[in-house]
Amino acid sequence: MLGVLRAVYLLKGVWAILAALLLGSILIWLGNSNPIEAYEALFTGAFFEYHGFATTLVKMSPMLLAGLAVAVPLRAGQFNIGAEGQIYLGALFATFAALYLPEALPGWLHIIICSLAGMIGGGLWGLIPGYLKACHNVNEVIVTLLMNYIGINLVSYFVSGPMLAEGAPYPYSDEIREELWLPYILPRTDAHLGVVIGIIFAILLYYSFRRTSVGLSLATVGHNPAAARYAGISVRRHIILSLAFGGALAGLAGAYEVLGLKYRLFHMFSAGYGFDGIVVALLAEGNPLLVTAAALFLGGLRSGANIMQRAVGVPTTVVEAIQGLVVIFVTASVAFRFENSYLAAVWRRRKAMDAVLAAEREEVGPP
Amino acid sequence: MMDTLLDPTMLADFLSTSLRLSVPIVFAALGGVLSERSGVYNIGLEGMMLAGAFGAAVGTFFTNIPFVGLVSGAFAGALTAVVLAVLAVSLGVNQIVAGIAINMFSIGVTAFLSRIVFSGQANTMTLPGYKAFAIPGLASIPILGPVLFKQDALVYLMYVTVPLLFYLLFRTPWGLNIRAVGENPRAADTAGVRVNMVRYLCVLGSGALAGLGGCYLVLSQVFLFSEHMSAGKGFIALAAIILGRWNPVGALFACLLFGLFDALQLRLQFVNPEVPYQAFVILPYVVSILALVGLVGKPRPPGAVGLPYTRESK
Amino acid sequence: MEHHLVVDRVTKTFGDLKANDAVSLHVRKGTVHAVLGENGAGKTTLMNILYGLYHPDAGRIRIGGRAVRINSPRGALESGIGMVHQHFMLIGPLTVIENVILGLEQSGLRLGLAEHVERLIELSQSFGFDIEPSEPVWKLPMGMQQRVEILKLLYRNADILILDEPTSVLTPSETGPFFDVLGRLKEAGKTILFITHKLEEVMAVADEVTVMRDGKVTAELKTSETNPRELARLMVGRDVVFDITRSEGHFGPAKLTVEGLRAQNDRGLQALDDVGFEVRTGEILGIAGVDGNGQAELAEVIAGLRPIEAGRILIGGADAAHASVAERKHGFKIGYVPEDRQVVGLDLNHSVAFNLILRSLGRAPFTRFGILDFKTIRAHAERLTERYDVRPRGVEQEVRFLSGGNQQKVILAREIEDEPEVLIVSQPCKGLDVGAIEFVQKTLLDQREKGVAILYISTELEHIMAVCDRIAVMSRGRITGILKPEEAAPERLGMLMAGATTDAS
Repeated sequence: MLGVLRAVYLLKGVWAILAALLLGSILIWLGNSNPIEAYEALFTGAFFEYHGFATTLVKMSPMLLAGLAVAVPLRAGQFNIGAEGQIYLGALFATFAALYLPEALPGWLHIIICSLAGMIGGGLWGLIPGYLKACHNVNEVIVTLLMNYIGINLVSYFVSGPMLAEGAPYPYSDEIREELWLPYILPRTDAHLGVVIGIIFAILLYYSFRRTSVGLSLATVGHNPAAARYAGISVRRHIILSLAFGGALAGLAGAYEVLGLKYRLFHMFSAGYGFDGIVVALLAEGNPLLVTAAALFLGGLRSGANIMQRAVGVPTTVVEAIQGLVVIFVTASVAFRFENSYLAAVWRRRKAMDAVLAAEREEVGPP
Repeated sequence: MMDTLLDPTMLADFLSTSLRLSVPIVFAALGGVLSERSGVYNIGLEGMMLAGAFGAAVGTFFTNIPFVGLVSGAFAGALTAVVLAVLAVSLGVNQIVAGIAINMFSIGVTAFLSRIVFSGQANTMTLPGYKAFAIPGLASIPILGPVLFKQDALVYLMYVTVPLLFYLLFRTPWGLNIRAVGENPRAADTAGVRVNMVRYLCVLGSGALAGLGGCYLVLSQVFLFSEHMSAGKGFIALAAIILGRWNPVGALFACLLFGLFDALQLRLQFVNPEVPYQAFVILPYVVSILALVGLVGKPRPPGAVGLPYTRESK
Repeated sequence: MEHHLVVDRVTKTFGDLKANDAVSLHVRKGTVHAVLGENGAGKTTLMNILYGLYHPDAGRIRIGGRAVRINSPRGALESGIGMVHQHFMLIGPLTVIENVILGLEQSGLRLGLAEHVERLIELSQSFGFDIEPSEPVWKLPMGMQQRVEILKLLYRNADILILDEPTSVLTPSETGPFFDVLGRLKEAGKTILFITHKLEEVMAVADEVTVMRDGKVTAELKTSETNPRELARLMVGRDVVFDITRSEGHFGPAKLTVEGLRAQNDRGLQALDDVGFEVRTGEILGIAGVDGNGQAELAEVIAGLRPIEAGRILIGGADAAHASVAERKHGFKIGYVPEDRQVVGLDLNHSVAFNLILRSLGRAPFTRFGILDFKTIRAHAERLTERYDVRPRGVEQEVRFLSGGNQQKVILAREIEDEPEVLIVSQPCKGLDVGAIEFVQKTLLDQREKGVAILYISTELEHIMAVCDRIAVMSRGRITGILKPEEAAPERLGMLMAGATTDAS
């Protein structure tokens, strides 16, 4: 009996999603549609239909990388709310590299360079809040949040001005050459390699979280910064590292939106993927493999939303609402735990982090 | 640009626009101050503002009375805040996540419901709202007169709300309780203050205030409802709270400053397309980050903000 | 005579732990009643029940003959019970008067500070002390903060005052005035419940005492009818005598030398004010003193967890003052057993095996090319848990499930296995049972034999006397004197702890 109850508790994420879908069906019904037909169109379209599934993968790619971008700093107890801005910076740097580096470079090498450029752009956008947090104890939640808007507007400036394509009716850059387009993974669709790279990163991160000294150090920094300092782990360095690397992953997401999907840099090209990444990472409680699953689910919801609208006439905004409900219910469900809530515990330790950082900040390095 | 500063009527016009642009942010920021003073981060201000806008539109759409819209908008904001209160205070869930979730839900549900309620007229209707009127005597003061005293009812409401909130926080027993709960809930609890009740009320109040910000957008600015019309104002409010040091008056001035930047960037877009207007768009965010770093003074948030409180915990 | 406050067989259980087991208390009006017991005896749980922070699983409370239900601190105050916690429940940024009037049932829109200030000043003067109502509380010294806490209760006409370890935050010079205040409260007809683990205080100040051990009451006595030895036995269960023999020391040259150390504490106040001493190889130097005089900061400064403003830390002649924590551990060979076992010394979420290499993460042989070698880690852990008899044995279990004593063994094992040349131990026996304490002391004496220079920081004088070759006393961030144990008579130590230096006659 206890085993059954435990299982019920473990599946609470699933119950939460079901509850959200149930409430969502009320909304759909309010919109004069049949919820069952609507959900059927949504789910079969997103996962069981060739083109629909391809769209799911397309949407999954940035969500997955953004989710990882939030999960890595989360392990060190940091909240990266700035994935959106990091995506934009990554796309900007990648587009620069794509448009302005010599065309003589072989395609595959150039793509790699563009990817790295994207990671540098996003990494920079994560480094700044990381540095401010580690060395000045500035709350990274607020800084990353605000830097989103700085990043978005920075890109807006470039594509409206210096990078504006000739004769463009609205702000976008020139198109990158075809050799630089990411390979497709499903023929006759838009699904590109980005999602595969994302999955590879997820696996690598999962492994390194559990088996490398960096991964475990990050966890100690996140759980217990005082013990981490005592252990000789530089809390400051790990915070900066986690936020910079998270930013780099988000930057890669942005780079692939350009290299894999749109082939040029658009003003406001990201449909909130950075914020989706936050949702995905928190649903997965920071576990990279679960991040993949959550990104698949959320990507499917988005992709299915369009199909649902075409098939049954329910507007896609309902899916946004349902997504919000999913997050509300899943976070609420986290509170119903045997031990204390994971996120509340992370939060409590962050307070300890402030004290530790204050001390470490004044530590003088080796002469 | 310079001619604007030199010509009194144009200057007054410009300042008036700045003021009006800052109003919704002021209401949201006041809400955020109230909530954070009691120890609860309210990242959901954006969603509550939007809910307020929607509520205001619905109320006015069906009754043609702007005041009804005002009440229903504030109510919608407070209703949305109930979700945050339950999640953050009763369930002790991470407040940042709860706020983001509320934003997502609110954006989606208001967009969805507006299509149903207004059956496609949302973007084209013209709702009755509040028009500007002059306060006799005060409006005649050179330059500042027309700027401050020739506005609509909601702006005047804002003038009153700021000192009221200040008085509440710093001169009343309730305010003392709120500040105590935000700094050290355990100590407040042992003194007999009902910590969770105080937090609930503050979160609801912050929702209502943010809702008023949304009401302003609908009833005084554009007289209609459109999807996601809050467009990030709820987030700028967060910056204003920090810059204003969690003080209603400070937040007001921060918002006025941001309104100024906003007016500048709008002006620049038309007058001088060569200069990147984006520079002014990002200015509020940059200034707030600098403030956080301590280059513009070192603000200190309430001691226990972000931490859920349970009595039998260590 | 009818007892004013009666606790009738109250029981409270937390999970597996029975914190209070049918505890009864009988307190007469207008007396000072001590509740005596060691850490973990259940005293604070009982007081939290009286103050409405916990609800008892069974039992009743009667005040003035009538049964009362206390559901919250507010309810306790309504029944006339007020509590001053060991860690003050004051709100730093708020002023004295704001703290005092917080939570009062106030009607209306005005705070009415002026009237309250007047009343407060009157009240404090009637008890013979001055108060600055507009000062923010964080600026006040501890003794003053304690008075604010007491005033809070008196302002609400509390009849019964519960004081939890009140002298733990006071210096010896503040203790005298504090006892005077108790006297005045008694004269005013207040009933005082005084929680402590210090025998001398019970004898000095209390009229009656209830002794607790392991969640039960072992005795209820008048202090005039008992003595410290009997109380100690009731408190601990046997005569408190440590079975430790310390051999003749073989001391080498100075291994750890600190000179002119200055450092601040977390609140920005001066914690270390020109501290200097040396510890020779094979010697144990004790640091005695009332908690809060800089001992914790001293340990942190030497271990590398706190920066210094000035001074030198010489290990065998080389200055470690600017080395990182890792360098001090692995380069300078400084081992450190921190005071806060669970927050600093261990990572509770991880296994015993992981904690045993916590300070060597990333170093060979446990890590190669950045990847952990779990086989080596496990073998290492199995060896250590065997040698140090850590129970239960399993190296993969989470260290949070171990008892305090076993957790301390893990920490000691880890620090000692790396063959330190200097060992800093801070309050190593805090919260441990007698068996664990003996183990820790024996282990330290072993290391002393091996030539390790040990700095032993503790507030427990008995432990220091048993183990140390010399005793340094710290008061207000300075070393006021260094004595041999034979010279360390209680009065002498007391004076040094209060700040008199050995030069003063």
